[in-house]
Amino acid sequence: MMAAVAIVIAGQRNLFAVVILGGIYSFLMATVLVALDAVDVAMTEAAVGAGISTVLLLSALHLSKGVETKPLHRPFLPLLVAVATGAVLVYGTLGLPAFSDPAAPIHQHVAPRYIRDGLRETGVPNIVTAVLASYRGYDTLGETTVVFTAGIGVIALLRRLRGRKKGALR
Amino acid sequence: MKDYLVLRVIFKLLIPFIILFAIYVLFHGDFGPGGGFQAGVIAAAAIIFYAIIFGLPDARTVVPDRLAEAMIAAGVLLYAGVGVAGLLLGGNYLDYFVLARDPVHGEERGIFWVEAGVFITVSGVMLKIFYMFASRGQDVEDA
Repeated sequence: MMAAVAIVIAGQRNLFAVVILGGIYSFLMATVLVALDAVDVAMTEAAVGAGISTVLLLSALHLSKGVETKPLHRPFLPLLVAVATGAVLVYGTLGLPAFSDPAAPIHQHVAPRYIRDGLRETGVPNIVTAVLASYRGYDTLGETTVVFTAGIGVIALLRRLRGRKKGALR
Repeated sequence: MKDYLVLRVIFKLLIPFIILFAIYVLFHGDFGPGGGFQAGVIAAAAIIFYAIIFGLPDARTVVPDRLAEAMIAAGVLLYAGVGVAGLLLGGNYLDYFVLARDPVHGEERGIFWVEAGVFITVSGVMLKIFYMFASRGQDVEDA
């Protein structure tokens, strides 16, 4: 189903339909993540991917034309690059341990300690929260700073444009 | 959008529950799925829905631009401040167990404040970006 949605998105010229299909794709992705028992990520995907980014894209669409213009060049070179990258990535997955293999290196390093001692050391039953906020506190601080920087960047870009427009009107 | 009576009534009923759910996700993140990021996004989504239904000016009176901007910085400062508080109380940066007499309790307290910082920043950024995009559309219409 997700593949079908992706193909329809690629073939669609009406940008409004693309945005709505993108939302549908995000909801399907959230369902997949729930099936993988990653409820935290599924919640984020449903709220950000399907909710807020759809609204943001719609408001951006409001500023532009609703139909994609015809591409100037034939899309063979980008297609070749995309297929080659995809092939390399698939080749890379061949070297990975099997899905949910308990002997995989990622399950042997620090994960057992988090699972064994996480509740006792942090008093937080949700391991995801414990790892995110406590063991990986620096990473999460960095992520928050990234979100902060993104917000500041958007403010800086859009403010300047608006100021210039006002100056031009005067 | 202001003319759709059904939408207005339904959303008036729903918005408190959305915000309540966001707060639930924030406070309950220790026990169930969720945490600061998810809660922040849900809270921002509630305000964005409000803006879509009742118009941008109304939403801007509920959460002014200034407040959204202040929230962006305040969240990061709160997060970093938790780390500094740990330093002052004699631990390493972002050590939570010094925040209370009982180390486990300190961890819980630290995690809560850190998640609150993430919540504030994320909802502030989402709202601010939405405001910027939406108000640009209005500028174009006016011109």
